[in-house]
Amino acid sequence: MNSPERTIWAYRRENGRIGVRNHVAVLPLDDISNAACEAVAAHIQGTIALPHAYGRLQFGADLDLHFRTMIGTGANPNVAACIVIGIEPVWTQRIVDGIAATGKPVSGFSIEGNGDIATVAAASRAAKEFVHWASEKVREECALTSLWIAAKCGESDTTTGLASCPTVGNMYDKLIPHGVYGCFGETSELTGAEHLAAARAVSPEIAQKFMTTWSAYQKDVIEAHKTSDLSDSQPTKGNIAGGLTTIEEKALGNLEKIGKKVSFIDVLTPAEAPARGPGLYFMDTSSAAAECCTLQAAAGYVLHVFPTGQGNVIGNPIMPVLKVSGNPRTVRLMSEHIDVDVSGIIRREMTIDRAGDVLIDAIVSTANGRLTAAEVLGHREFVMTKLYRSA
Amino acid sequence: MSNIPHLLVHDRRDNVGVVVVENLAAGASMLCVVTEDNSEFRCTLKQDVPIGHKVALQDLNPGDAVIKYGQDIGRVAAAIRKGEHVHTHNLKTRRW
Repeated sequence: MNSPERTIWAYRRENGRIGVRNHVAVLPLDDISNAACEAVAAHIQGTIALPHAYGRLQFGADLDLHFRTMIGTGANPNVAACIVIGIEPVWTQRIVDGIAATGKPVSGFSIEGNGDIATVAAASRAAKEFVHWASEKVREECALTSLWIAAKCGESDTTTGLASCPTVGNMYDKLIPHGVYGCFGETSELTGAEHLAAARAVSPEIAQKFMTTWSAYQKDVIEAHKTSDLSDSQPTKGNIAGGLTTIEEKALGNLEKIGKKVSFIDVLTPAEAPARGPGLYFMDTSSAAAECCTLQAAAGYVLHVFPTGQGNVIGNPIMPVLKVSGNPRTVRLMSEHIDVDVSGIIRREMTIDRAGDVLIDAIVSTANGRLTAAEVLGHREFVMTKLYRSA
Repeated sequence: MSNIPHLLVHDRRDNVGVVVVENLAAGASMLCVVTEDNSEFRCTLKQDVPIGHKVALQDLNPGDAVIKYGQDIGRVAAAIRKGEHVHTHNLKTRRW
């Protein structure tokens, strides 16, 4: 039933990538262009605005990350076409050009000298044409193994390490060897399991690259800014309520989601697109759910599997986020948020192998168009990662 | 119902396990299962412990390593007897 020859019905984009959604995105270059983007999306049905907080006076690596995230989001295969609105034309065009490299339709508009009203009118006309065009796209039969599937866990508890993370790991063990791109991140949250993570690198070179990334976070962020042992933040209050006590314990559960067999083949900077072919990738990300998912979507991942113990409700505007929980209390009390119930694992009624198959079924349904709980509930958390204060 | 475990243990080397049923009260004779090999044993719970929280499988002294997944997850900060709740009041991170 879960042979890697299974197929999905998805959108084949101009650059050959496979998308599972067909959004027309309205992307602001910067915070002050949010209002215009939201006005376009309010007027033109079938579009989605992606407001965010940044884009002004950033510089250096932080500005590079801003552009990488913006361009990557517009370039994501779940986006059929894209409108970009910015306060001025130069940086707006830089994003337009980056997205246009995929071959998809994209148009940019700038506000200075035009005002919001004229900009919204012009952008709305273009957006309307994009919606007509996108709505004619037809799903095609594609290989299940052409999917790019990211993972991140949130509001973890001890059931995450027992059930939902091993379920994701089992899915990766079954699909990645056949061509799926995988991705895990959460640099801070591997603390205590970093030696086990490094041992899963494909080569000593990649292991060293991972340790360099992990150590830099410890030195440049944690040691530079901490005021305590971080026990007030990491583990979170929800983690502690769920029974997790230390970061080491949390990290060991977290790492269960990369499975038992697959090695990661590269270490990505935040929002960097994988470039070494199919396989599992580690990305340097925050452990905050919305930041991590936003970066993974910007790297080109089209579907996300999200193990949760205590019930994180995260979603993403362009990438469906599929929730997996093995905590029977959470499944009962927060049923509207959970797509895949694997609580049978802790009752020993369901094997991890069976749970992995159930997750693959849910991935196929979601890829074919079934909306996830987070999509139906309107969760569109789009959160840019910022490396330091703007100039 | 009788073969549904009360406590799961990841690894044979672990000195703690996780309560996986709700409303487990002090005095319960827990069916404990080690997930790596499906071996079973019994342990008596000494305190009420919520689902998801840890229980000591042996007496532990300050400074001892708490082992879960076969790995060190922190140091014991206050003495813990077998069957007692293990959490932030008696287990601390070695990191940060």
